Amino acid sequence: MVPTNYYVILSAILFGLGVFAFIFKRNIITIFMSIELMLNAVNLAFVAFSQALGKLDGQVFVLFVIVVAAAEAAVGLGIIILIARNRQTLNVERVDLLKL
Amino acid sequence: MPAHPILEYLWIIPLLPLLGSAINGLWGAKWPNKYVNIAAIGSTGLSFLLALEAVREFFDSGQVLFRKQFFTWIAAGNFRAGFDLQMDQLTVVMVLVVTGVGWLIHIYATGYMAHEGGYYRFFSYLNLFMFFMLILVLAANYVLLFVGWEGVGLSSYLLIGFYFLKKSASDAGKKAFIVNRIGDFGFMLGMFLLFRTFHTLDFTTLFQAASSPAWGHENWGQFGTFTIACLLLFMGACGKSAQIPLYVWLPDAMEGPTPVSALIHAATMVTAGVYVVARSHVLFAHSETALVVVAIIGCATAFFAATIGLVQTDIKKVLAYSTVSQLGYMFLACGVGAFSAGIFHLMTHAFFKALLFLAAGSVIHAMGGEQDMNRMGGLSKKIRWTYGTMLIATLAITGIPPLAGFFSKDAILLGAYQVPGGHPLYALGLLTALLTSFYMFRLIFLTFHGKQRYDDRKVHVHESPWSMLGPLVVLAVLSVVGGWVAAPALLGGPDYFANFLSPVFGGKESAEVLGEAAAHTLELTLAFVAVGAALAGWGVAYWLYLARPKKADGLAKSMAPAYRILLNKYYVDELYDALIVKPLVWISTNVLWKVVDVEAIDGTVNGIAGGATAIGDGVRHTQSGNTRSYAVWVVVGALVVLGVIFFWPGANKTAVGMVR
Repeated sequence: MVPTNYYVILSAILFGLGVFAFIFKRNIITIFMSIELMLNAVNLAFVAFSQALGKLDGQVFVLFVIVVAAAEAAVGLGIIILIARNRQTLNVERVDLLKL
Repeated sequence: MPAHPILEYLWIIPLLPLLGSAINGLWGAKWPNKYVNIAAIGSTGLSFLLALEAVREFFDSGQVLFRKQFFTWIAAGNFRAGFDLQMDQLTVVMVLVVTGVGWLIHIYATGYMAHEGGYYRFFSYLNLFMFFMLILVLAANYVLLFVGWEGVGLSSYLLIGFYFLKKSASDAGKKAFIVNRIGDFGFMLGMFLLFRTFHTLDFTTLFQAASSPAWGHENWGQFGTFTIACLLLFMGACGKSAQIPLYVWLPDAMEGPTPVSALIHAATMVTAGVYVVARSHVLFAHSETALVVVAIIGCATAFFAATIGLVQTDIKKVLAYSTVSQLGYMFLACGVGAFSAGIFHLMTHAFFKALLFLAAGSVIHAMGGEQDMNRMGGLSKKIRWTYGTMLIATLAITGIPPLAGFFSKDAILLGAYQVPGGHPLYALGLLTALLTSFYMFRLIFLTFHGKQRYDDRKVHVHESPWSMLGPLVVLAVLSVVGGWVAAPALLGGPDYFANFLSPVFGGKESAEVLGEAAAHTLELTLAFVAVGAALAGWGVAYWLYLARPKKADGLAKSMAPAYRILLNKYYVDELYDALIVKPLVWISTNVLWKVVDVEAIDGTVNGIAGGATAIGDGVRHTQSGNTRSYAVWVVVGALVVLGVIFFWPGANKTAVGMVR
C-alpha cells in the first residue's frame, strides 16, 4: 500500500505547480486551468487523509469541491468569453481596468 | 398650611424675578412696553412683598437663624452642596435692600428706558440680576453663594454692554467681566482651601467648626491657612466691590444705562463683596492680619477714589468714583471689626447712592443725553424735583445730620478711631469725608447752580415723568430717615441697628473699655469733627465753583501736574495696560497664536491628515489592477500564515495538533 506521505507530497507538488502557473502565465485559459489544478491537488490531499484516518469527512469535502469547481468553470468560462469578445485578447496583463 | 408659609417656601422670592426674566426674554420682543412692565415690575414687586412677609414670619418664629435644605445640588463623596437657603438678621437687611431698592429702580427704569430699543431685553436682564442677587444673599453655603456671585457678574456684563453697538460699551462690559474673573479666581481658591480644612462649605457647620476650640490660635497664626483663606476670599470681594487694585472696571461700567448704574453698580451688586466679608466674619475675626489688610485696602481705596472724583467732569463718573470710595468705607468698617457699621453704611449707601444715580439719570434725561457737567449749570429752577431729591442725597452722602449718611459714616469713623492703632485710618477716613463733601457739592454746583453753559435752542430742558420722580421721592425719604435707627446711639441710648445685627455678629463690637460716659463724649466729639469736615468741603466747593468760578480754573493751572495726574486717574489704566494687557496680548499673538495654535495644534491636525494622504499614496500602488500581482499577495499571505503556524513558539504545537 502506498504511504499517505506520497499522496501528500504529490498533492503539494501539484498545488505548487498550480500556484506557479497562476502567477507566471499570461493566458487566462491557462490561469483557469492552474486554478483547477490547485483544486484537484487539494482534493487529492483530502481523499488521502480520508483514507488514512478512516473517516468520510474528506471525501464529502471533495464532492463539494467538485460541484463548486463545476459551477466556477461555467461562470469563469462565461467571463472569459466576454473578455475575449470585448477586448480581442486573452492576455491577463491587458485586463487591468480596475486599477487606480 | 404650615405656620410660616413663605419662610417654608423661601425659594419663591428669588424664583419670581427669574420667571419675570424668562417671560420677558421669551415673549417680550413682540409685546408693547405695557406688558413688559407688568411682568418685570409685577415679579419684583411681588418678590418684595413676599420678602416683607418672610421677614415678618422670621421674627414671628423667634428663631435666630432660619435655614432649610430644598434639594441637593452636588453630592460627591463627603462633599455636599445643596440648594439651601437661610435667613438671619444680616439676610433680612440685604433682602429688603435688594428687593426694595431694586423694585423702585425697576419702576424708574420704565420711565427712563421708555424710548430705548431693546426694552424687553433690558428688563429681562434686570430681572435676571434680581434673581441672582437674591440667590447670593439667601444662600446658606459658599457654593450657592458663588452661583449668585457669578450670576450677578453675568447680568452686570450683559447690562454694561446693553448698548452693544457702541464699542466703548461692549469693551467696558468685557473689562468688568475679566477683572471680576481675577477676583473670582481668588474666591474659588479660598473656597477650596476652606473645604480642604473643614470638609464643608456650609455656613453654619463651617463657622461652628471654625469657632470651636479645636482650631487653636496657632492654626490662625500670622500667615496660617486661615489668613490665606480670608485674604483669598477678600480678593474675590475686591473684584466684585471694586477695591484697589481691581477697581478699574467700575468707572467704565458707567457705559450702561443709568438705572443699571444705580441698581447694580451702586446699590446692590458691588456691595456683595462687603456682604461676603461680613458673612465670613467668624473667619476674619480669627485672623488679625487679614482684618488689617481689609482695613488698609478699604481706607486706601476710599481716599484714592475720592481724589480722582475731585476732577472728573462726567456726572456719572464722579458718582462712580464716589461709589468706589464709599465701598472703601464699608471695608474699612469690616476691617476694624465694626461689621454692623459696615452693613449699616451698605444700607444707607444703597438708599442715597441709588438716589444720586437716579437723579443724575433724570438730569441726563432732561438734558437730552448730555453727561458733561461743563455743559450744564443753572438747572435748579428748571427741574425742581430732581434738584430737591439730589440735594437731599448729597447732604446724606456728605454726612450732614440728621440724614442717613451721617450716622453710618460716623459709626465707621468711630470704629476706626477705637481700634488699636487705628488713628491713621481714622485721619484718612476723615480726610476722605472732606473730599467726598467737596466733590459732591462741586457736582451740585456745576450741575444746578451758576451760569447756564448749554445752548437753549438745542437742549429742551424738561422735568422727568412721575414714573421716574416717584422712586426719587421715596428714596429721598429713605435717605433722610434711613439712619435714624442708629440715632439713639449718638445720644447715649441703645444702638438699634447694631443690636439688631448682634445675633449675627455677636455682641456690640465697638469697644466699651472707655466707660459709658467717656465713650459718649468721644462719639459726640468725633461726630462734630466729621460734620465740620463735611461743612469745610461744602465751603471750599462753594468758594471755588460759585463765589469765584474763575478760581477753580486758576487753581487747576497753578497745580497743573497734580491736576493732570488726577484727571488721568493716576494713569492706573495705562499702567495695567502696559504691565498686564499688552504682555498678555503679545504672548497671545506671538506664542499662543503663532506657535501653539498654528504650529502645534494646526500642525498636529494637518500632519495627521498629510500623513494619511502620504500613506494612501504609497499603498495605492499595490492596487495595480493586475490580477497576478494580487495572486502573489495571496500566496505571500498564505505563506506567512503557514510560517506562523509552524514556526511561532507556543502556537506551533496546537496548530500541528490541529493538523494531526
